[in-house]
Amino acid sequence: MLSVKGLSYYYHPDRIVLKDISLELAGHDILCLLGPNGTGKTTLLRCLLSLNKIKCGSIEIDGRDLTKLSAGKRAEIMAYVPQATTMAFPYEAREVVLMGRVAHLTAGGRTTRKDQKLVDEAMEQLGILQMSRYLFNEMSGGEKQMVLVARALAQQARILIMDEPTANLDYCNQIKMLKVIKTLSENGYSILMTSHFPDHAFLACNRTILMRDGVIMAQGLPDEIVTTENLSKLYSTQVCVTEARLDSRDMVTKVCIPVMY
Amino acid sequence: MKIKSNDSFTVKIVTLACFTIALFFMSFLVGRYSISPKTVIDIILSQFFDIQKYWEETLATVVLQVRLPRIVLAILVGGSLSVSGASYQTLFKNPMVSPDILGVSAGAGFGAALAMINNAKWWSVQMLAFVFGMVAVISAYLIAYAFGRQAITVLILAGIVVSSLFQSLLSILKTWADVENALPAITFWLMGSLGKGTNKDVLIMLPALSFSLLLIFIYRNQINALAAGEDEARTMGVNVSLVKLIVVSSSTLMTVTSVSICGIVGWVGMVVPHIARMLTGANFSKLSAASFFIGGMFLLVIDNIIRGVKGVELPLGVLTALVGTPVFVFLLSKVKKGWS
Repeated sequence: MLSVKGLSYYYHPDRIVLKDISLELAGHDILCLLGPNGTGKTTLLRCLLSLNKIKCGSIEIDGRDLTKLSAGKRAEIMAYVPQATTMAFPYEAREVVLMGRVAHLTAGGRTTRKDQKLVDEAMEQLGILQMSRYLFNEMSGGEKQMVLVARALAQQARILIMDEPTANLDYCNQIKMLKVIKTLSENGYSILMTSHFPDHAFLACNRTILMRDGVIMAQGLPDEIVTTENLSKLYSTQVCVTEARLDSRDMVTKVCIPVMY
Repeated sequence: MKIKSNDSFTVKIVTLACFTIALFFMSFLVGRYSISPKTVIDIILSQFFDIQKYWEETLATVVLQVRLPRIVLAILVGGSLSVSGASYQTLFKNPMVSPDILGVSAGAGFGAALAMINNAKWWSVQMLAFVFGMVAVISAYLIAYAFGRQAITVLILAGIVVSSLFQSLLSILKTWADVENALPAITFWLMGSLGKGTNKDVLIMLPALSFSLLLIFIYRNQINALAAGEDEARTMGVNVSLVKLIVVSSSTLMTVTSVSICGIVGWVGMVVPHIARMLTGANFSKLSAASFFIGGMFLLVIDNIIRGVKGVELPLGVLTALVGTPVFVFLLSKVKKGWS
């Protein structure tokens, strides 16, 4: 279990970016981090990944201090799924996924059959095995995002830190990604994701954190804290949380809609 | 979208190695003295076996003291510059980077010029080139370390700054240099030449090169992961500061040794990795091996042209671009994968 206590971070001491953040992430959890732009969501992810050095507080995994682990050891516990960008060079999808094995290779050693098998399995699980030989840069946004998830799976870490996994994706790919995230959590992964779609908290997540100006405004079950009042306050914009009915399937889901007036 | 199969990497590398070996032997036939292939082979074998000498002593000297070091150096220098270029491009995530990005050539150029305006002997020219090449890179590294919060882009910036400092210093030296002797010598050195290569140079080059290549080989997968960017590599478990130090020190060692032996040879270190990528794709472990052979063969062919053209000694660093650019454009037009 990942447990963060009293985490604070700043670039300059007179401008605190994150203040007294505490959260917990257990196995099977999908925690969705919501908040306006520039509120420190990405910085929090970077702190958890030790890309930024925290100024105070603690990050522990099952009682072990994460900030004291080497990059290699941490990579075996925690993997990062960045937003899809382009690579500077023409890498094939499979080669990108294979990079996730780097922490497991012996010094100077080559990739083994086991590494290849894990890469195949990760790509198979995400339905991109047939795209192995595609050039990463020529893939669509949704496909690239899947390749990056596969890379994190190949890394064999139980905690996945995902930075806006549904950004820049169309509805179909958003739902595909959320389904993948749900399946992964059922398989035992813990997932911490940021998002600009509060709806996704209802669709996939079992816990939500609302974050504003570097502090946690509320955290808990999506049903309890993703409300009209909270979201309106969070985004400083009128947001309406209502119910959408899909009669053919006899289904009701909560949706969030910004209102302009 | 689908690209051609890449599984035949071993075949490709073995083929490249065979071509390099064939080219190595064929290169002995090029030059002012025409020597038959059989004589060349016998002269070489006579070093290891007891063969009845039927050739003049001059021919043996030409083959063993003149052509052999020059051919070996062409392969080693071309290979080193290309592997340095490939590792810098992958490390910096930037296809426009060449081995002298951190100021090694500018520093070495200044060192060589400093020795030349003082009419120093050839070995001190090499020595000062080596020392100032190292000084330049170390300064760039320290500047980036002190002010750059470890960021890789700052390292490039520091390299460019240090480079331009040494280029200015070199220009000052050139205005001071004696127009009759030192200035032409400096100018010629800056365009590169393998003409002064000796077997001793080979013996100096070999350990530096093997050591650097070994380090790069050991860390090839980590270097490869850096192509995804510094932060992502770190989250994948790569010790970025260490790998950065490894790449910079081994590339610098290879480049500075090459440059101090044969002057500044441009073009190879930046473009050969692109040619190699057309063959193997971007994966660094494949790319570095292919870069070594292609770079070695390329520089050997260029130097053979120089040795083959009678009357004038064309400058190496100029001919690389002159011959290389059309070849590169031709390859770009042939390979569908494109230049990405």
